[in-house]
Amino acid sequence: MPGLEVLEKLDRRWLFLIMGLLVLEPLMFPLALPLTVTRPVQGFVDAIDKVPDGSTVLMSCDYDPSGIPEMVPMTRTAFRHLLGKNCKVVITVLWPGGPGLVDSVLSEVAREFPDKKYGVDWVNLGYKSGNEAVMVVMGQGIANAFPRDYRGLDSRSLPVMREVRDYASFPLLVNISSGYPGTKEWVQQVQARFHLPMVAGVTAVSAPEYYPYLQSGQIRGLLGGMAGAAEYEKARGEKGSATRGMDAQSLGHLFVAFCILLGNLIRRRPAEARS
Amino acid sequence: MKRELPLAITAAIGVFMILSFFVPHQAVSVPADFLQASAIIVVAFGYVLGGANVLRVNFDGIYKRQPDWPYKILLLAGLIVTFAIGAIDGVEQHGGFLDQGTRSKWIYDNLYSPMSATMFSLLAFFIASAAFRAFRIRTVEAGLLALAALLVMLGRVPVGDLATHWLPAPARLGAIQDWIMNVPQNAAKRAILIGAALGVMATGLRVILGIERSYLSGEE
Repeated sequence: MPGLEVLEKLDRRWLFLIMGLLVLEPLMFPLALPLTVTRPVQGFVDAIDKVPDGSTVLMSCDYDPSGIPEMVPMTRTAFRHLLGKNCKVVITVLWPGGPGLVDSVLSEVAREFPDKKYGVDWVNLGYKSGNEAVMVVMGQGIANAFPRDYRGLDSRSLPVMREVRDYASFPLLVNISSGYPGTKEWVQQVQARFHLPMVAGVTAVSAPEYYPYLQSGQIRGLLGGMAGAAEYEKARGEKGSATRGMDAQSLGHLFVAFCILLGNLIRRRPAEARS
Repeated sequence: MKRELPLAITAAIGVFMILSFFVPHQAVSVPADFLQASAIIVVAFGYVLGGANVLRVNFDGIYKRQPDWPYKILLLAGLIVTFAIGAIDGVEQHGGFLDQGTRSKWIYDNLYSPMSATMFSLLAFFIASAAFRAFRIRTVEAGLLALAALLVMLGRVPVGDLATHWLPAPARLGAIQDWIMNVPQNAAKRAILIGAALGVMATGLRVILGIERSYLSGEE
């Protein structure tokens, strides 16, 4: 079949073009495909809902700009969720490329709550190198590991930190992570050792890795990639960037599935036909 | 002595740190806490070593005119300029080199952040190309893998449920992908995790007992 021969020699730039158009089109003209909130996402929402209003929650944002489309919507919604419950939030970052991005996102959300003050209702403790070692040292005292916050202020002097000693000061850890160090390390070093309940938001590609922890109850809820972030937005009644991105991701996934099937169809023809 | 001393220190510290996990007495916990805090400082030194290594490898590549050496100049220029601007901003802002309005913040927001996001975004295009050209179903196992991939890929996005909404709930793509993720995938992942954990324990024991010595000088 001449059509298949053309496809066999197809320049891959055509595939790039089609993928680009499929991603671009729904971002410009949303399809508003229906979303269903799955159990891991509902677990995430329920775990935060169960935190007593006004308590202090630890949130670790372990990612850098490569994870913006998946991680930032989760961070926004979770931080908004916590501030909406009048929780105080202590934020840490364990990725060197992340602090600037995380601070911008948090500041943007905090502006929606004019009554919430930096240092009183939330604090960004910034980045500390050391990966798992930082997590363990935080168990001796949060301010031991982070003597100064991201803005260079003495963290012990901040009102939000006055009630914070170690992991026992928090009812929940919210971890938004796109790799190492991240959710796996928080489970192994902190949840298992200090018995701190936790929920996690992770990239779609790494989500399968955390299902055993979810099933064992070590993670109370899980947001997997942009789909998880979009479901979280739906559960919270928000329409953020993840919800808008899901249409584009749907068409992208459809196209990749189509490529797998078409690629195999072409190459399954008899050798004579192909030559 | 050159070899025995590091081995003895490793064994002693290794046993001590395991002990600290089970013995909460302050005679053990205080030195253990100190050692853990020291680890943060050691890791921070790793960044200095890493930076020095980038300089050494790339200067060497430029000197020897290795393939693509002009890119190494660009890399080094980026490294040195970013470091220098960060240092100047740090002095001017009393440490807050990433505060709003600094040159470092501008570099972070307008260069590092979009370039980093762009590199990750390119994956979508390369995955499409790889799916078309390289995902060959030649065996039953490859067929099962492709089937699972298709079901999970489509079941994870709203279009999957939309296309199968006329089917009974357990037969919809969302429910099928949920089952794949929770049962076969989870079982395999758990087996891998347990296997890896046993491997880490075995390696740790080998290091403590001095059987594994490659960390000393590259010898087996």
